[in-house]
Amino acid sequence: MEPLIKMNQVSKYFGDFQALNKIDLDVNPKEKIVICGPSGSGKSTLIRCLNRLEEHEEGTITIDGIELTDDVKNLEKIRAEVGIVFQHFNLFPHLTILENLTLAPIWVRKTKKKDAVDLAFHYLKRVQIAEQAHKYPGQLSGGQKQRVAIARSLCMKPKILLFDEPTSALDPEMVKEVLDVMVQLANEGMTMLCVTHEMGFAKKVADRVIFMDEGKIIEENTPDEFFGNPQHQRTKLFLAQILH
Amino acid sequence: MNTKIRWIRKNLFKGYFNTALSLSLITFFLWFFYNFFNWLVIDSVLLGDADTCRQASGACLAFIVDKTRFIFFGFYPESETWRPITAIVIFFIIVFYSRLKTRWNRRLLFNWMYCGLVIWLLMRGGYFGLVKVETNNWGGLPLTLMLATVGMIFSYPIGILLAMGRQSKLPLIKYLCIIYIEMIRGVPLISLLFMSSVMMPLFLPEGFSPDKIMRAQGAIIMFISAYMAEVVRGGLQAIPKGQYEAADAMGLTYWQKMKLIILPQALKIVIPPTVNTAIGMFKDTSLVIIIALFDLMYTTKASMQDSNWLGFSVEAYLFVALIYFIFCNLISRMGRLFEKEFGA
Ligand SMILES: Nc1ncnc2c1ncn2[C@@H]1O[C@H](COP(=O)(O)OP(=O)(O)OP(=O)(O)O)[C@@H](O)[C@H]1O
Ligand SMILES: [Mg+2]
Repeated sequence: MEPLIKMNQVSKYFGDFQALNKIDLDVNPKEKIVICGPSGSGKSTLIRCLNRLEEHEEGTITIDGIELTDDVKNLEKIRAEVGIVFQHFNLFPHLTILENLTLAPIWVRKTKKKDAVDLAFHYLKRVQIAEQAHKYPGQLSGGQKQRVAIARSLCMKPKILLFDEPTSALDPEMVKEVLDVMVQLANEGMTMLCVTHEMGFAKKVADRVIFMDEGKIIEENTPDEFFGNPQHQRTKLFLAQILH
Repeated sequence: MNTKIRWIRKNLFKGYFNTALSLSLITFFLWFFYNFFNWLVIDSVLLGDADTCRQASGACLAFIVDKTRFIFFGFYPESETWRPITAIVIFFIIVFYSRLKTRWNRRLLFNWMYCGLVIWLLMRGGYFGLVKVETNNWGGLPLTLMLATVGMIFSYPIGILLAMGRQSKLPLIKYLCIIYIEMIRGVPLISLLFMSSVMMPLFLPEGFSPDKIMRAQGAIIMFISAYMAEVVRGGLQAIPKGQYEAADAMGLTYWQKMKLIILPQALKIVIPPTVNTAIGMFKDTSLVIIIALFDLMYTTKASMQDSNWLGFSVEAYLFVALIYFIFCNLISRMGRLFEKEFGA
């Protein structure tokens, strides 16, 4: 099976600082990968390189057979296939929930407005907030906003969904509603890359857990092995810190 | 009633100092308005000539009555006065119609173009049996309104493009925009007006010389665009980075991103400074005096110099101040209306 994402010796610099150091990573269709690691280890940078919110300087990234380069046409194609859910939701505050969801299908996918609305309601129902469709983002709770953000990504019918700490800006009582949606998505076979420290989620759905430090992938393994039998000293240290 | 008295006590007469201050201010205002009212109403002369006015101690309203037509319409032929009046009425109708956000669509744009054309034909004449009136004879309020309105209509979008250009990743575009904005902001409007009226004809091919009003209009647009650009840039910078990223991540193109996500939010934030610029520009149009265009301010000054009516400049200045105030106030109200419409 051809991997959906191929990263080959990818490096990324911010000035002199190397944020990613020769990353090699293949992700197969339907695979769920959880990425963890200490703050500043390059997790967000890795995720953001996959839809070129950051540009990598060395190595190649190929997504669904298309290489990520400066070519704008390719980039637009890839971005339409790769959804991302941000820590701070980044909903558009001047648009209603419904408009947030229909915007990309209408303008990028050229879907008819009516079909886009149907699609939006379909996904709003799945994240269980269809009744909020005509409100503005500012009127929703954090958990609801993040579920809208997920639905917004889904409306593009992406082949891959990226998550960058989707629950870490939420009040504790709202984390579960978002994780439930993510688990449901995972069970339906979405290809997912999640930066998260929710270890329960990792154990439940991840096929692989990747541990990063200082821009490198230090260790990757199945969740059972990763949590039960970590190989590296730094992994052990990190796990000890987050699991107490 | 009781609460009102309590409010007055609490806010105006609390302690000796407050009481003294309140009393002296109230006395001053009473004295001022009493005298002003006497001057403007009781002792004023509404009918008569300059001599009747000189014998009275109040305002010479007769002067204003006599000069109103000239102040408003300048050297536009007297027999054709209905034309600029109609033009202004059309202008007010389209402005009033445009006040609601729900009406802002392509059709409204066409309506504006249509009204602009009608106003132009009406003022200019030479068709449909209307006497032709050269633009040199346009003046007063229609000229001021035209310079300000057309100025704003063009400099707003140009300003937006300049602001976007200033943030461009392409160095050529970026530096061209920066140079333009900083150069224009570095010179006074008067010198731009001079240049457009004196120097521009030298650069243009022979036989092609746009009339004076157009040249002044061009200078005003160039000038205000630079200021609008900086106003809009303030808005663009206030939009969180996450909004740009979310739009990019969806696969929107640059223009879609700006049109659908960034500008609607940025322009809403900058409504107050935009209104500020518009009011400033409305008043700045009075500088076209310098190149001998007869705007509202010019017609007022010319009236004062009429040898039949010498010595009534206070009345004239107050009158023109009132007109400017009404229009500036209208712009400011319109700004507040838009703020409400857009929920800013
Ligand atoms: N735009 C930028 N300019 C300069 N340095 C940056 C930039 N973005 C990230 N970095 C640096 O790159 C490193 C990796 O950042 P990244 O955001 O990927 O870390 P992270 O693993 O996501 O951390 P966290 O858990 O805090 O989100 C950090 O040291 C950060 O300071
Ligand atoms: Mg991060």
